Amino acid sequence: MNVCVFFQNSAINNLCAAFFHKKAFFKAILQGFSISTLLFSEKVVPLPSVTRNVLSMTEEIKLLKGNEAIALAAIRYGADGYFGYPITPQSEIMETLMEEMPWTTTGMVVLQAESEVAAINMVYGGAACGKRVMTSSSSPGISLKQEGISFMAGGELPGLIVNVMRGGPGLGTIQPSQSDYFQTVKGGGHGDYKLITLAPASVQEMADHVVLAFDLSFKYRNPAMILTDGVIGQMMEKVILPPQRARRTDDEIRKECPWAALGKPANRPPNIHSSLELDSQRMEQNNLRFQAKYRQIEANETRGEEYRCEDAEYLIVAFGSAARISQKVVDMARAKGMKIGLFRPITLYPFPVRELYSYVGKIKKILCLELNAGQMIEDVKLAVECRIPTIHYGRLGGIIPTPQEVLDKVEKLQTEQQ
Amino acid sequence: MQHEIIIAGFGGQGVLSMGKILAYAGLIEGKEVAWFPSYGPEQRGGTANVTVIIGEERISSPILNEFDIAIILNQPSLEKFEPTVKIGGTLIYDGYGIQQAPVRNDIHIYEIDAMNTANDEGISKAFNMLVLGGLLKIAPIVSIESILSGLKKSLPERHHKFLPMNEQAIKRGMSLVKKITN
Repeated sequence: MNVCVFFQNSAINNLCAAFFHKKAFFKAILQGFSISTLLFSEKVVPLPSVTRNVLSMTEEIKLLKGNEAIALAAIRYGADGYFGYPITPQSEIMETLMEEMPWTTTGMVVLQAESEVAAINMVYGGAACGKRVMTSSSSPGISLKQEGISFMAGGELPGLIVNVMRGGPGLGTIQPSQSDYFQTVKGGGHGDYKLITLAPASVQEMADHVVLAFDLSFKYRNPAMILTDGVIGQMMEKVILPPQRARRTDDEIRKECPWAALGKPANRPPNIHSSLELDSQRMEQNNLRFQAKYRQIEANETRGEEYRCEDAEYLIVAFGSAARISQKVVDMARAKGMKIGLFRPITLYPFPVRELYSYVGKIKKILCLELNAGQMIEDVKLAVECRIPTIHYGRLGGIIPTPQEVLDKVEKLQTEQQ
Repeated sequence: MQHEIIIAGFGGQGVLSMGKILAYAGLIEGKEVAWFPSYGPEQRGGTANVTVIIGEERISSPILNEFDIAIILNQPSLEKFEPTVKIGGTLIYDGYGIQQAPVRNDIHIYEIDAMNTANDEGISKAFNMLVLGGLLKIAPIVSIESILSGLKKSLPERHHKFLPMNEQAIKRGMSLVKKITN
């Protein structure tokens, strides 16, 4: 790493001054910059026509694991870099990227960092240069990344973080869970910030959400997370990958992201990416700007899916793998004559509040199915303003409820008094 | 018609790859497919199982509590999954190492002598293909041609020289399966 290169750049110089007391953090960010300015090279390697199957332009239907779909979709999207550290049940993301060797085709960097903390700070560094960069981990590793995520939100930097959840707390289990809902949508790191959160429920959505998450993240200059679990990560399903796009050239980045720290021309002040602002007046202004952005995200970006809701009297609300189980439960209950539907939030932040509120007056009871002890239920109750009785059902620590088990709970909705 | 299948046995018996080949074959026939493995720290020598769903319509839950077909390759799996076969469903098991044969009389039970055959004929690595052949004989969920193309897709190219051996094993497996009860 040629450090001299950085100290010639006043933007980075300032950034260094701000963080000189945090050496590890500083080192990783520099590494991100270094990778951005040196490894990512200005030259975008032209795509060979159909030399490798990953670059084939045909809309081939593939059979892939959810984790593999994320990796391949990132290459197809034209992502510039991936920084990660292995952990079950998401290690196939980095494994697939290493196998595909995108640095020989699109020029995408794939790097195993020395730790999760280093990886997220490399994402910070890459993002500060306007690069499309990502990291992935599972619950315990995501906890380690929270500081970096908060810093990215404070520095208004885009980037993709994938959390393939496993049961906690602590190291917990490697089996699927949804117990990081609160961590993801209610903060996780410190400060008044929000993380755009997508919850795929199929392998196809794992691929689609890579594209959506990067797009939203750059649109709002805010980090975005794909929140999934071992069910969707390990399952194989049919998937059509997004078309291959070339990585953006530095000139394209300068045009699309004038904030990117890609070298300071003489005619503008330096682009500084820091979450530090010791003047409280200015810090409040920054926060007000973030809040205005969050209100805009909440107004424009909610997404959800309805399943057999047309004449429903009862509703299951579930996301991700729990929504897949719920879909079967709805079919089973409908076969027994029960009028029930499923609402699946696709964006967990922004939460589809208006969509859920529209059920007030139509739905008698809601069952919130989650692979946790009751987290999203709070947002569901807030969304319907407690005007629909809402109960929770969930299994903990990596146990996945069976459709029959949930059906029993659903049938009790009709008889039990709330 | 949706086929909900569980394949269960010891880690190393080729349970997951058998499921993968089935899923690939379904994909080749343009069907909807899902493949969901039990994953965990217990795989080597422990039990391994995979759920495979093949059908015409969008697949809902990859987590199931009952199955149309159960392919059982060891005693712990038999105890765990025999009760989960739907009434009128099918259970295929390899008798090798089974101390307690299946007891239900409301399902179709078949035995396949795959482990002994594989050992006797020196094709122990094609054990899972013998079992797959047995399954296709009883329940032609997908065509043999699709299975062979699926096999080709799921095997790395350097192993393609084993394709004929696997094909033979599938055909051999078809002759090994016998009905135990109605």
